[in-house]
Amino acid sequence: MAAEQGKVDPMHQFQIEPLFGSGLDFAGYNIAFTNSALWMAVTTILLWVFVAGGMKRELVPGRWQMAVETFTGFIDDMLEANIGKEGHKYLPYIFSLFMFILFGNLLGLLPIGLLGLHPFTFTSHFTVTGVLAVLSFSIVLIVGFWKHGIKFFTLFVPHGTPLPMIPIIFPIELISFLVRPFSLALRLFVAMMAGHVLLKVLSSFVMDGINAGVGFGLLVSLPSFALMIGISALEILVAGIQAYVFALLTSLYINDAEHLH
Amino acid sequence: MEAEAAKLVGAGLAAIGAGMAAIGVGNVFGSFLESALRNPGAADSQQGRLFIGFAAAELLGLLAFVVAMILIFVA
Repeated sequence: MAAEQGKVDPMHQFQIEPLFGSGLDFAGYNIAFTNSALWMAVTTILLWVFVAGGMKRELVPGRWQMAVETFTGFIDDMLEANIGKEGHKYLPYIFSLFMFILFGNLLGLLPIGLLGLHPFTFTSHFTVTGVLAVLSFSIVLIVGFWKHGIKFFTLFVPHGTPLPMIPIIFPIELISFLVRPFSLALRLFVAMMAGHVLLKVLSSFVMDGINAGVGFGLLVSLPSFALMIGISALEILVAGIQAYVFALLTSLYINDAEHLH
Repeated sequence: MEAEAAKLVGAGLAAIGAGMAAIGVGNVFGSFLESALRNPGAADSQQGRLFIGFAAAELLGLLAFVVAMILIFVA
């Protein structure tokens, strides 16, 4: 990632490069197979292998099956707690969402740059997280209008609102509802991007310090490198938390659609 | 002041927002820990709410980061 003159460009890691098929156009859009698409495919295959390895349904589970069942049980408990028993039918979606984001976040942190490969965090792009958020939001809308019809709009008028307050409360609640997909997508994308930028900035400190001589190397590079290790550990935590928060908020929004406050 | 300099100053000022969000996130986890130690039995059931509060507080800090990024790269 180190470019010319020993400078590290912290935004270079987010560049989307077409791998092949850059001449393909569909309805005026270029649909080349990019590094982002490659990492999404890798994530999907790894996720499929992980889950398929644990779907043996043995009475006494082995380690692998135990690992998979821990994840499904975790998501199932979350849905049970937030939506109730109607939540079980959303388990496939929320589980896929959670695992896809979690695997994507963690794969982007892999230190395979040492082997000359370029890890790419597709969750650090607003387009990807935006599509995931719109998917969640449209499920909320579809479930809400399917179950409650026009009564879904009572979601925007909380119980016990005095009549004169309704014209004020309704637009506020409506805006806070419509902003949800943006906040959902923005949170994941910015959290992943900020962490990766921070790591690259620290790595430029390490390199510049070493290049400036032994004194600077000890004074600047060593503490920066120690901080990098710490931040990397923090990033693993953030990768888990952000995937959890995305799944948790999606289940909360689905609860709104199921039960209308 | 030059426009370019004003952009960078604005991006720096946006970092205040990130610091404020740090206070907010610390507050969320601090209050949770404080009350969880008083009543450990009720702590596990409130974990979902803990993360909702965390997500809400964190989002505002991330918005400050977005403002900084827009000022530097877009505006």
